[in-house]
Amino acid sequence: MNIHSQNSIKNPLFQKIEQARHRQGKVRDTHITLAHGSGGKAMRDLIDDIFVSSFDNPILSQLEDQASLNLASLMQQGDRLAFTTDSYVVDPLFFPGSDIGELAINGTVNDLAVSGAKPLYLTCSVILEEGLPVETLRRVANSMKAAAEKAGVQIVTGDTKVVHRGAADKLFINTAGIGIIPRGVNISAHNIKPGDVIIINGEIGNHGTAILIARGELALETDIESDCQPLHSLVETILHVCPQVHAMRDATRGGLATVLNEFALTSNVGIRIFEESIPVREEVNGVCEILGLDPLYLANEGKLVVVVPKENAENVLSAMKSHPAGKDACIIGEVISSPPGIVLLKTVFGAERIVDILVGDQLPRIC
Amino acid sequence: MKYVDEFREPEKAEALRREIAKLSRQLEKPIKIMEVCGGHTHSIFKYGIEEILPQTIELIHGPGCPVCVMPKGRLDDAIAISQNHNVIFATFGDAMRVPGSKTTLLQARAQGADIRMVYSPLDSLQIARDNPDKEVVFFALGFETTAPSTAFTILQAAAEEIHNFSMFSNHVLVIPALKALLDNPDLQLDGFVGPGHVSMVIGSDPYQFISQQYNKPIVVSGFEPLDILQSIWMLLQQLVENRCEVENQYNRIVQKSGNTVALQAINKVFAIRDSFDWRGLGDIPYSGLKIQPEYAQFDAELKFTIPNLKVADHKACKCGEILKGVLKPWECKVFGTACTPETPIGTCMVSSEGACAAYYKYGRLSTIAKRTIPKVTITQEPLPACGFFSD
Repeated sequence: MNIHSQNSIKNPLFQKIEQARHRQGKVRDTHITLAHGSGGKAMRDLIDDIFVSSFDNPILSQLEDQASLNLASLMQQGDRLAFTTDSYVVDPLFFPGSDIGELAINGTVNDLAVSGAKPLYLTCSVILEEGLPVETLRRVANSMKAAAEKAGVQIVTGDTKVVHRGAADKLFINTAGIGIIPRGVNISAHNIKPGDVIIINGEIGNHGTAILIARGELALETDIESDCQPLHSLVETILHVCPQVHAMRDATRGGLATVLNEFALTSNVGIRIFEESIPVREEVNGVCEILGLDPLYLANEGKLVVVVPKENAENVLSAMKSHPAGKDACIIGEVISSPPGIVLLKTVFGAERIVDILVGDQLPRIC
Repeated sequence: MKYVDEFREPEKAEALRREIAKLSRQLEKPIKIMEVCGGHTHSIFKYGIEEILPQTIELIHGPGCPVCVMPKGRLDDAIAISQNHNVIFATFGDAMRVPGSKTTLLQARAQGADIRMVYSPLDSLQIARDNPDKEVVFFALGFETTAPSTAFTILQAAAEEIHNFSMFSNHVLVIPALKALLDNPDLQLDGFVGPGHVSMVIGSDPYQFISQQYNKPIVVSGFEPLDILQSIWMLLQQLVENRCEVENQYNRIVQKSGNTVALQAINKVFAIRDSFDWRGLGDIPYSGLKIQPEYAQFDAELKFTIPNLKVADHKACKCGEILKGVLKPWECKVFGTACTPETPIGTCMVSSEGACAAYYKYGRLSTIAKRTIPKVTITQEPLPACGFFSD
């Protein structure tokens, strides 16, 4: 008998089966299994239940192999495309003040924003370890959803892979993002000139310290939270008062010191920062003292280093202070012609020392 | 920050700097002061203390960085232990990058050894409790500062009868090292900034021989910038007043007779080795600690077969001379070229407490290019006891 015959389709049992096949997918397992990455029904259910429902938007809902974006609409907003990607492998997945999901959105949004771009579309690719609780993934997806809404971006395409237990650490996320750079904005580490002023939007090292404490390897308790936040709106505020910003970068892994070294090397200028002007929380300093670490190298997830011509510095500073993400903004240093490629720190005692590029990770000292 | 900011006040530092400058003008010739401890070296560079001192005061960065004095052979032994099947090797973070003759612990981990970074030896004991089917070995190193905590860990392991735990002891003692330095004719020092953390354990009394037998003043110092400046000022006062005494700047922490409980634990668990090989300094009699026979079951040197070979330092590496203060880091031919924090040849370049790493990281411009320390002619005649100063 031909099962596709008219009679079969009218069969109530067949109709029930077809309805079930077209139903919105739902994950019934409590933990991720290899089936969730197999490309079959279980994977489809996972994508529907976790990602499509959380990231809900018309482009993603097409569920094509790619996101189809309207070029004309993009071109109206500027003349260059900013395109970036980053992977997030943080342990633990949830930590005071944030989690890997929010980090994955804000990290990519900020990488776009520091070019002056308006972040628009993101991708989300996840690598899941077999055995990851589905509830954990759901929490992370919800967190990504909330962060994307806050940053005004849409997650328009993605990918899911599941690897054997032990082949990955719980959950890895890769996000790529595109944004549009408005005409006339030209922000680059190549533009820095002697005489420029260096501004930061607040305390350094909070994220790195929060992660360190959250790992639970240290018998320390603090109320330090990650500074994870989107910076695109702050960047917009800055560009509004100073379109001629020379350079801008978010100080993530490697911390403030790494960004400043990148600036100094790229533009072949010297940079002098002032120890007493650099905002560091007491608790962060305390943890660094105990472990022999330097807050200048600790990771941040919501800190922006801005280099502007001296004449614009005060304007930029007050604009930043008017924004919630920049209320603690302050001038921390200046660009000098010599020594080229070197970052110097003026200590509180008036002495000067080099702030060099970090070699490997910071390792805690013995005593 | 409470208990920290008080020791970093710029106004007080400036007052001390002025006093030091005033006293230094009463000196007839430049002086050399050795800060024994790597922690002091680190602070001196981090806060730029050397730069604000008069050029007549030269700081010599001594052998008090525990990873800097670890000989290559012992590192090779540690790596060999870590490569044993079924071993979890636990270590402090800054030992991870110290080069052995062929590789580092960091590289050994990448090649498959189960090496874990811990913040305290008790963490390694917890790893042993959590992994009863594995052998956990803790890489015990450091001066008297860290020896009590490793001793207490062994006592704890014994009390709990944890049989899958041992230590590879590389603890060293500061007093024999100081004696060896003072007996070295190459070395002409005018005084010492004494180690604060070590002294917290051993007290300030054990340094009496420095003032009594060698006629040198010593001031035990804390690690904050104001501590170090005050200690230098106290040393200058002694020199100018022609005194040679053991003084204790760090008296908020350090007692004359040390910490009795800590010393008892060290004595209970450890015995003094006849000799221990120090990187750059060679064999120093009675300068290392091994585990007492009573606790032999916790001694990794007895539990595992280890190569136990002596490996000579690279010919071009001048770590030994630098640790003795005979050479400055930049006087070593490989400093900053073949030997950098990324590719360290000598251990002085590995730890942030090492003199070479400190110069490279913090001061290669300001100190080397701008400040040219006047060369002091070293006389072979023994100097009179603190007596070459005016007034």
